[in-house]
Amino acid sequence: MHFDHGEISAEYSGYIRKKNVFILLAFIILILVMLISICLGSVQIGFVDVIKTLLKNTESRQFDLIIWNIRLPQTLTAVVAGAGLAGAGAVMQSVLRNPLASPFTLGIAHAAAFGAAFSVMILGSATLTSSLNDTFNISNRMVTLLSAFCFSMATALLITYIAKLKGSSPEIMVLTGVALGSVFMAGTMFLQFFADDVQLAAMVFWTFGDVARADWEDFWIIFVAIVCILLYFLANTKNYNSMDMGDETAKGLGVNSDAVRLTAMMASSCATAVIISFIGIIGFVGLVAPHIVRRVIGDDQRFLLPATIIVGALILLVADIVARLILLPHVLPVSIFTSFLGAPVFLYLILKGNKK
Amino acid sequence: MILKVNDLAFCYKSHEALKNINFSIHPGEITVILGPNGVGKTTLLKCLNSILTPQKGTVMVSDQNIKEMTVKQIARQISYVGQRIDSSRITAFDAILMGRHPHIRFKTCDSDLKKVDAIIKKLNLSHLCLKYLDQMSGGELQKVSIARALVQQTGILLLDEPTSSLDLKNQIHILELIKNIVIEHQISAVMTMHDLNAALRYADKCLLLKDKIIYGAGLVKDISSKTVQDVYGVNVDIVYYKGFPIVVPIGNEKAA
Repeated sequence: MHFDHGEISAEYSGYIRKKNVFILLAFIILILVMLISICLGSVQIGFVDVIKTLLKNTESRQFDLIIWNIRLPQTLTAVVAGAGLAGAGAVMQSVLRNPLASPFTLGIAHAAAFGAAFSVMILGSATLTSSLNDTFNISNRMVTLLSAFCFSMATALLITYIAKLKGSSPEIMVLTGVALGSVFMAGTMFLQFFADDVQLAAMVFWTFGDVARADWEDFWIIFVAIVCILLYFLANTKNYNSMDMGDETAKGLGVNSDAVRLTAMMASSCATAVIISFIGIIGFVGLVAPHIVRRVIGDDQRFLLPATIIVGALILLVADIVARLILLPHVLPVSIFTSFLGAPVFLYLILKGNKK
Repeated sequence: MILKVNDLAFCYKSHEALKNINFSIHPGEITVILGPNGVGKTTLLKCLNSILTPQKGTVMVSDQNIKEMTVKQIARQISYVGQRIDSSRITAFDAILMGRHPHIRFKTCDSDLKKVDAIIKKLNLSHLCLKYLDQMSGGELQKVSIARALVQQTGILLLDEPTSSLDLKNQIHILELIKNIVIEHQISAVMTMHDLNAALRYADKCLLLKDKIIYGAGLVKDISSKTVQDVYGVNVDIVYYKGFPIVVPIGNEKAA
């Protein structure tokens, strides 16, 4: 069968160009917001000084310290974490064919919170460091981090194992995730009930997602993991598109949908687990970013996924800037603002409706 | 390309759906699977490209057992249009382009886009090109799915009730198009259908399923009203109008 006599219509080329322009614009805005993020904080730094410091062309030791030790790792962590959470959310929503799928609805975030609480309570990783101002500290951060990561990944493995037993259906995955989420939530509450003041404070502190918590070492670990996982997602956009048309159609198009779903779930869970283990629980980005982009750009994963990754990074970065500035000199955890900023935009888009 | 089915049997958990299925299809032929609701027509179609894995028997495509082929290898040889068509916010052009996925290694190239454009023109779908699937009617979706299967450029087309959502004009257009493509490119098509008249008019061969087995099979002209009566449990006559067979129900439903 040969259908080689067609031509590429200008209309279709224009349509594709519009999507690429959207992605490019979102990327340019992200770069600008990253620069703004480095400028703003309890100490305001001018745009020119920021550029000079980034180019290692400044004499100000103060700016150098603030930018290279605080603002830059914080900004980059916000970008990578936002991108990772949004990418994982978009892929989960696609392969599970469920618009509510996110690390929260699938119990992965709850499992991480339980892992941290378990570490604080059972492994004793929280201590009171100063009796004068009652500040506490998670004495062995790596233990808490590993505990949160292990519990998140164990949950993801359990979800995929149960789903595999029952034919890898999206419904089984979502229901198993919801059930496991409830178990971990109850487990966390149980531990909190028996915790002393210091332990309870440590548990609650950990659940506040905060990108400022990450140093350069943390950033590079998150960066490498997230970049690898996002590249894997981007290489699979054609498969996710086929699966959007239903599993049978996908199989007819040469996509082993069960295997793609299982690996996508494991990769998304891994991305989420890495992020929330290092910086705590940050909700809503994974759920809302794909929806915002989908309303503008449609369901085509070739464009939806890269655009969602950029918009997710943008949402978390803007939320972090607001959290940093709103109650100066106090700095609030970013997780409070992801929902405050994301939810109204989301509700607006729902009320406005799509162009259907 | 020849598709050969030997002693195929399929069970849904404890419920046996198909047994002792043997038939073969040849290039340039349209084979239609007929039978009452729930008899296993769709199940048989899905067994042919490994969407369902039969517990017994083999499906051979050009002397190769499909059990030994990867999903991608199967998709390069057999295209499938299901009964259920899920829509999403993706354009008709991009949905049809998915038919090229089994052939694309890394990146979609211009020749893939040109093939999609050609099939869009052949099926008169130009007006739907940039329309989103979730804005389309059932009939439009069905045409897009058929276009996607055609652009897949396989030797065997599997179509599960390809005209169920189409009006009369579009039914004729699609069935004639499939017939022309099958003859012109010497490929094979296997369709499940409920419309006996359309089936007898456009098919070369019929398989009539009853009680999990192939009850009757053969060339369209060899299908008797007795076989149709036995399979559907309805008294019918097969009459010829301008050379085309027409199944006329004559009432007095009898026990199947």
